[in-house]
Amino acid sequence: MGNMQVEHATEHAHPQLGFWRKYVFSTDHKIIGIQYMITAMTMAVVGGLLSMFMRLQLAWPGHAWPALGKIFPVAFAGNIMDPAFYVSLVTMHGTIMVFFLFTAVLTGAFGNFLIPLQIGARDMAFPFLNALSYWVFLLSCIVIISALFVAGGAPLGGWTAYAPLSALGEASGPGEGAGMTLWITALGLFTVSGLMGGLNYVTTILTMRTKGMSMMRLPLTQWSLLITAVLGLLAFPVLLAAAILLTFDRVGGTSFFIPSGIIMNNRLLGNSGGHPLLWQHLFWFFGHPEVYIVILPAMGMASDILSTFCRKPIFSYKMMVYSMVSIAGLSFIVWGHHMFVSGMSPFLGSVFTMTTLVIAVPSAVKTFNWLGTIWGARIRFTTASLFAIGFISVFVSGGLSGIFLGSSAADIYLQDTYFVVAHFHLVMAIAPLFAAFGGIYFWFPKMFGRFMNETLGKLHFWGSLIGVYAVFFPMHILGITGHMRRIYDPLFYDFLKPDKGMNIFVSVSAFCLATVQLVFLANFFVSIFAGRRVKENNPWQATTLEWETPCPTGHGNFGDELPVVHRWAFDYSVPGAKNDFVPQTVPPGAEKV
Amino acid sequence: MPVLTEDRVSDGIGAPPPLTPPSGDGRGEPDSSFPVSSKQIATWLLMTGIAMLFAGLTSAYIVLRGVPTWDKIPLPPQVWVNTLLLLASSLTLELARRSVRADKVVALRQWLGITAVLGIAFVSGQIVLWREMTASGVLLTSTLHSSFFYVLSGIHAVHILGGLIALVLVSVKAWSGRLSSISFEPLRLCATYWHFMGGVWLYLILLLVFG
Repeated sequence: MGNMQVEHATEHAHPQLGFWRKYVFSTDHKIIGIQYMITAMTMAVVGGLLSMFMRLQLAWPGHAWPALGKIFPVAFAGNIMDPAFYVSLVTMHGTIMVFFLFTAVLTGAFGNFLIPLQIGARDMAFPFLNALSYWVFLLSCIVIISALFVAGGAPLGGWTAYAPLSALGEASGPGEGAGMTLWITALGLFTVSGLMGGLNYVTTILTMRTKGMSMMRLPLTQWSLLITAVLGLLAFPVLLAAAILLTFDRVGGTSFFIPSGIIMNNRLLGNSGGHPLLWQHLFWFFGHPEVYIVILPAMGMASDILSTFCRKPIFSYKMMVYSMVSIAGLSFIVWGHHMFVSGMSPFLGSVFTMTTLVIAVPSAVKTFNWLGTIWGARIRFTTASLFAIGFISVFVSGGLSGIFLGSSAADIYLQDTYFVVAHFHLVMAIAPLFAAFGGIYFWFPKMFGRFMNETLGKLHFWGSLIGVYAVFFPMHILGITGHMRRIYDPLFYDFLKPDKGMNIFVSVSAFCLATVQLVFLANFFVSIFAGRRVKENNPWQATTLEWETPCPTGHGNFGDELPVVHRWAFDYSVPGAKNDFVPQTVPPGAEKV
Repeated sequence: MPVLTEDRVSDGIGAPPPLTPPSGDGRGEPDSSFPVSSKQIATWLLMTGIAMLFAGLTSAYIVLRGVPTWDKIPLPPQVWVNTLLLLASSLTLELARRSVRADKVVALRQWLGITAVLGIAFVSGQIVLWREMTASGVLLTSTLHSSFFYVLSGIHAVHILGGLIALVLVSVKAWSGRLSSISFEPLRLCATYWHFMGGVWLYLILLLVFG
């Protein structure tokens, strides 16, 4: 044992850091994880509220809301929602949810909290860089929220910020001035924060595994976080490159994305030669891996939670790892399926169709393995396991419609309709959200030393499951009727008038779904202070290393000695063993005693 | 036991670093079977990210190269002067690394100092180059090719500035006697990064001149 061991032992003996060093400017990965989680939850409340405004408008377009007119005199000028405000809601809802909720909560919160605990390390490889990553993330959150409050409001171009609209500045719309500048700044900061985090994750998982923790003994959560971090390191720099070029177009007068002959306000712009499609290529080269950055950690966590509550080893561990690796690899050669109607050559479109449909294979392998894990199991139906099972349900529902959209022939009809909205919400928003909920209910005891209320948890689960299907299932039908996305007033179009009833149904369901989330928020925050206390280290009788530590885990994670790993993470119901779970630290043969 | 540095021996700053890294503490390299150190991996990952940034910019360059208003601009001779400065700095940094391996403390400090001077000369040379070009009427907005020239060389210069900061930190370590033939990882990683950014510059020049 070296000098550092002594230092750590000293830290165990003197944990009296002040409140600010311990809970605010902390370099402890667990605190940073919880900071990420609370920040992302705050962003989720903002992003969720924005979608409620959208649903209000879509169900009752043109309706006067005097109360809202008093609170938001600009957005609801004359008590009716302003069209520019509606479009800015679309942008901000998408941006906040994709980056500042899903990416942040799955990799930022769970990644930070779980990586050292599950691999048997005391902290991340670079704790200071880790803290810096959180503070830059927080700054990016403040910058993106401030876009809602500047003159002209938030940007109008959607979370994809297609050029040339995004490149032309205020002349192209009220939010495209200061709002768009803040959007780019926030994404730039988010990218830098994500790169610092990703660098830390990969390094930590590769070099800081404890004795005996070979790569093929890692819990699937760790594999998913490793692959996600690699994806982030390869994909986010390309977004940064695009954002730099866009910034030069906006403030430097260059024409990377602005073509010749654009007339704005009766004035011919001097730009020439730029290529608006270039933005789409760069954005989606990043954007498609980004959806896997969101879904892969969800897959990993759901796998571990399922195995724990099914009391069975995960079905085909190796194939789970290989399928995640192949999904990650394929994610870099499918971006063109977002651009089938951009005028791309149909031959190229066919190539992207093929690569896209190939992704269904590893995804189906994973689904098959989850079902194989559940098959014949005596499942313990806790809230965490319900959400993990719910994850499979919504992932499959959303994934199936992806096969339609991935084929260019069908996509040309369905592109930019509510069918797409239904697809990506189920598969890359609700599915990761369900896995994140499962993760929160599962690891809450480890984070705070208390349980969340199970009755409220189950109410939350069933309300959410019914709610998301009530909201997103009808959207497929709306899409097939031709209902476009991002439109302010569906009643403007005669052929969409029959959709009014279904739009009202979706909106009312969305309001109910949001109300159910209040139950979760109340359960979460009340349980931190008043939840039932956890009396043991391992309340779920799980096998992975974090359950060898007290609830909540103290500074330094493990006592004076780091744990030694003797087996994989899925020894449930081992024949002949005394218990139906064998922790990773139990030496071979000792499980029978 | 090899003599670490003159400073350490003379003022007795502290015990020499252990020959093997501390083990079993969960930081640095514990009983990990992984053969590469954390900082080494972090440097490689950083360079991977930077490579993807320039790959993204290169793809934009290749897409836009075909448009009629591309108008390639000639690069002034100052470009080659700067390129030589950067290549020379890579050479001197390599000599610094050899010096530390042989525990030649004085030579180490000299070569590090020369490298920093050459690095600063490169950035100054780039500023001279930009001023020269704007004076001759080639601006950021003149043609798409000139836009790319300024953006690519600017982003590269920012990364070189980062390398210079690393070089200063390593130099501080060298002066305070914390580098020796058995412990010079910061210098090694700084050199890896510096050579990499030198390579990126050569690549960018080839792209801008021949691409």
